[in-house]
Amino acid sequence: MRVRAFFSSALTALWLAALATATAPFAHAADIPDPAADAKAFRDYFVKKFPKLKLDEFVNGPYSMDEDMRRQWEEKEQFPPYEFALEAGKEMFSTPFKNGKSYADCFANGGIGVRQDYPAFDVKEGKVITLELALNRCREANGEAPYSYVKDEMASLTAYMAFTSRGKPFDIKIPDDPRAREAYQEGKRYFYTRRGQLNFSCATCHVQSPGERIRAEILAPGLGILNAMPIYRSEWSGMGTISRRFTTCNSQIRGVPLEPQSDEYRNLEYYLSYMSNGLPISGPGARP
Amino acid sequence: MSRTTRTIAIAAAAFAAALTPARAASEADFKTAYAAADTAEKEAGALRNQWTTTEAALATARKAAEAGNFDQAVAQAKEAEALARASIFQATSEKEAWKALEIK
Repeated sequence: MRVRAFFSSALTALWLAALATATAPFAHAADIPDPAADAKAFRDYFVKKFPKLKLDEFVNGPYSMDEDMRRQWEEKEQFPPYEFALEAGKEMFSTPFKNGKSYADCFANGGIGVRQDYPAFDVKEGKVITLELALNRCREANGEAPYSYVKDEMASLTAYMAFTSRGKPFDIKIPDDPRAREAYQEGKRYFYTRRGQLNFSCATCHVQSPGERIRAEILAPGLGILNAMPIYRSEWSGMGTISRRFTTCNSQIRGVPLEPQSDEYRNLEYYLSYMSNGLPISGPGARP
Repeated sequence: MSRTTRTIAIAAAAFAAALTPARAASEADFKTAYAAADTAEKEAGALRNQWTTTEAALATARKAAEAGNFDQAVAQAKEAEALARASIFQATSEKEAWKALEIK
């Protein structure tokens, strides 16, 4: 009897061990991000939600969602409000620093037509490098003071660089590095996390409600949301960068914004840009 | 004491209690309430999830205290603490809850 009980217990233990071994890979797999699968699901969601919209149209944000607004925008594009920033950015970009070097020395291809590659993951540093951050690092490396991340000069510079990439598809890469996957995952987590007293996440507006009105504004879809950056916003009466967009989004939901170019915002930009891989850069843009 | 007399006595006592002014808040009350709110807000900050409304309530509390209005200062500090605690709850619950919103 005792022998029988022993064998019975041993069999149960073996069965449990086998079960644990069999299920472990699945539990582990669920924790490992799969950016390509995420991007496909993200794109499919919006395509299904807006079946009449051409894929590339998503980069036009609210103008792709409403026919009247689109007509207004097309008229506005004849004398685009970002034109001054674009010209200023071009001049700034081509003006050498005091040491004789220029922005072109800091970027591949002299900084022309590279917008679609940012943000990039720097495997040496183990962090996400956005275009705005790369521009300020370039300045500092050449003895110049960094610019504000939210407007004016930074918006002009990124406007020019975006313009030289117009039509080129976002090409964000996630290298085979656990830190890159973690940065991506953290960006995703930030995008879906509710925050602020209004208890909104980025996804509340840009996944659940694109095309809907929030007060006078029409909400842009999350797909292609960064392709037109930087933007001239009528609400701001001026240009704004991605940093400005993120910080004002946080304020609008009554959350204290993080510092521009904090790890959280850099990871968020990495995630959102990756979601729009393949969609054309359309910046600089204009928004209501 | 008859039942009616007892009822009248209780009502009179309650009326008198209602008329007695509540003790005005002191500077010490404000400092205690503000310290509790500030600690909670710092905890929300460590979680990277502060609310603008908490910051506004803290600022109003400080302003009221500077003006010597400790009743308002204490009320605003308590409001700030409640808001900070709500933001801490939000950040803690969202550690897992965000996954429910994800497109899959």
